Amino acid sequence: MARMKFLADAERCIECNGCVTACKQEHEIPWGVNRRRVVTLNDGVPGEKSISVACMHCSDAPCMAVCPVDCFYKTSEGVVLHDKDLCIGCGYCFYACPFGAPQFPQDGAFGLRGKMDKCTFCAGGPETDFSAAEFRKYGRNRLAEGKLPACAEMCATKALLGGDADVISDIYRNRVLRRGKGSEVWGWGTAYGKPERQPSAKPGAKS
Amino acid sequence: MRKGLVLAIAAVLPFAAAGCGEQQAVTVYKQGQYQGKPDKQPWDNDLFKGDKLAWEQAIKARNDIQNETARGTPTAN
Repeated sequence: MARMKFLADAERCIECNGCVTACKQEHEIPWGVNRRRVVTLNDGVPGEKSISVACMHCSDAPCMAVCPVDCFYKTSEGVVLHDKDLCIGCGYCFYACPFGAPQFPQDGAFGLRGKMDKCTFCAGGPETDFSAAEFRKYGRNRLAEGKLPACAEMCATKALLGGDADVISDIYRNRVLRRGKGSEVWGWGTAYGKPERQPSAKPGAKS
Repeated sequence: MRKGLVLAIAAVLPFAAAGCGEQQAVTVYKQGQYQGKPDKQPWDNDLFKGDKLAWEQAIKARNDIQNETARGTPTAN
């Protein structure tokens, strides 16, 4: 199994926010937390481009590198997940992330920052699969159900592709050949340009 | 009177000090290592019962559905 990736096709996105809604609905995301959002560049200008942005589950994830409590881990499918029981809500990952993926729910009357929440590639978290605790903390575990992320599967124009990197890049390559333009995949180089992070053999070093 | 007070304090002191013997409640973080709970593979559940191949086939089918150009055409498999 190759690693899982997201691919946003700016030529196809019509800014319908179907992916955002699908994500919100699937995981019952609280108000104020947006695991996925649609960003439009040059909004209102002819030729505007929209892209759907969430955690890209980077090859060399900067959030993993900066986390002071090392609550991040990467699954064998290349999905970057974290343990909410360990997260201290410091916000370092938010500053490190090039996609602004980490979200922090506002807890309490004084706007306290809660534990970090982000896209899980619909893969749940380190709790028993399909358990109430997993759903409450991380949302639904579609990957364990043999399904792909709800946002990508819901996308009407298939601007957002999610799944096996080899398959989705093939789909995109064929599209580009057919239409003869729009070969730039936004965020792809930033997320997957670096080689896969290997655990460091040196004791005491960051993985 | 004073002697009694000293004795009473001396008797209470061990109980007060007992609080210091509590177990460390703070996680000791090892730099660069995931400290959280281990996660299982997506096929290690009641649905797939550890059948990795079945899980991969399910994911492959979902992957292929995303290719709308191939959706309508009959394939060999």
